[in-house]
Amino acid sequence: MKLNLLYSFLLIFLLSGSYAQSHEHNHDHGHDHDHSHGHSHDGHDHGHNHSADHSGDHHVNNFAKECGSPAQVVEHHGYDPTATALHHISDANVLTIMDMVRIPLPAIIYNKDRGIETFSTGKFHAGHHDNGHNGYKDYVLFEGNIHRIKCGGFQDKEVYEVQGFDRQTKANSEGKEVENKYAIINGKGYMLEAKTTYDLNILGGGPTSFIDFSPTKNVITMFLVALLLFFLFRKAAKAYTTRDGEAPSGIQSFFEPVVQFIRDDVAIPFLGDKYDKYLPLLLTIFFFILGLNLWGQVPFLGSVNVTGSLTVTAVMAILVFVITNFSGNGDYWKHILWPPDTPIFVKIILIPVEILGLFIKPITLMLRLAGNISAGHIAILSFVGLIFIFGKAGASMSGSLTGTAIAIPLTLFMMGIELIVAFIQAFVFTILTASYIGAATEEHHHDEH
Amino acid sequence: MTGTLAAIGAGLAVIGAGIGLGQIGGKAVEAIARQPEAAGDIRGSMLIMAAFMEGAALIAILFAFFIK
Repeated sequence: MKLNLLYSFLLIFLLSGSYAQSHEHNHDHGHDHDHSHGHSHDGHDHGHNHSADHSGDHHVNNFAKECGSPAQVVEHHGYDPTATALHHISDANVLTIMDMVRIPLPAIIYNKDRGIETFSTGKFHAGHHDNGHNGYKDYVLFEGNIHRIKCGGFQDKEVYEVQGFDRQTKANSEGKEVENKYAIINGKGYMLEAKTTYDLNILGGGPTSFIDFSPTKNVITMFLVALLLFFLFRKAAKAYTTRDGEAPSGIQSFFEPVVQFIRDDVAIPFLGDKYDKYLPLLLTIFFFILGLNLWGQVPFLGSVNVTGSLTVTAVMAILVFVITNFSGNGDYWKHILWPPDTPIFVKIILIPVEILGLFIKPITLMLRLAGNISAGHIAILSFVGLIFIFGKAGASMSGSLTGTAIAIPLTLFMMGIELIVAFIQAFVFTILTASYIGAATEEHHHDEH
Repeated sequence: MTGTLAAIGAGLAVIGAGIGLGQIGGKAVEAIARQPEAAGDIRGSMLIMAAFMEGAALIAILFAFFIK
């Protein structure tokens, strides 16, 4: 046991030593690499890149026009931790397992010119980084998301080859730096529209000329988890009739204490004798969130981030908002709109605050769940990213090994924490829902004042 | 520059959240030690309070995160 510990320390020591050494040795190489790294930030220092254009084997594109500027496919060697993390936590139109198996998903797209179009994202032939090798009509797949090319008439075939993609940061008409994306087709660059807006524009989306109704990987995962929960619960529910009076067994013995916990520690304390009416809702919320949280924890299974996506939590928060306010009784509305037993000047302050609180409650529900789950995923991705930062994006082998030695324990630790967070966040969402509904349906006894 | 300011803001939010969580956790453990039979209730309200506080901190972090 002790020997093992010693060995692992030695290994890490040696690895870090060899990393330092390789750093010295590869100094020239490193310099060269840094050079190419500069290239990857297109447009940031454009003049410099342009002058280096002919000397190096790396070519940097200058997209002067929106469409049709000559362009080449550039291999970017740099590693951008932020972009990688954001790419991995955002939704996509293909379900990728371990960067090898790509399951095409249906795409349902509405645009004003051609109406509703349905096709499979398999048409794009997604490859590394979920970039499509093919384009379909004027749609291309860039980093897992369907983008539309801004101008038409660049090709005559329905399915055509896309050589690659590139980005360029440029100042727009208001003088603000914006990153434009280009698809490279037949040696020419064509500007892409923004990503579709299913993430409320927060992760780099924007207004587009088409509406994307496609079931993305998050949607597919939600259906999968819902089906899985349905079958598990049906099995557990059946056991109560077939094995009546016996001790619970199998999946039943996992669900029974959890269901009981939600009933006795969440529903009854907050809802009193009306708990029966809201218990199904609370249990659904709890198990749906828990199931999705845990599914998102499984590495390589499409690396979905459903409960960390603001749209999903927004829908759940809206449901809670609607249910809370529709089950609210007269007392509840009276306390919000005309608080009793308060002087008039307090009322002036109190009423806007109460009305704001009405909306802030579901908004915090939405942000809390999405924020917590996304933050956990970003932390894991940052730790995994250490491998690429130490390894200079694959240039330094010993650096990558050192990075791996550091990243594995940190990632394991973070995953352990996320496992706890998965349960806590499901519980917190449920208990807050119960408390909101409880506050809305509570019978007040004014004679006690 | 805005990026740096946003990062500092996120850091400040986390400091606040850390202090808050420490207070909640510490007091809850104290309360449970004083009255172990009420551990269940205390734990429940501790989690709710922690969630409220963390919600505020997360909103701050998200704002810092998405300001460019």
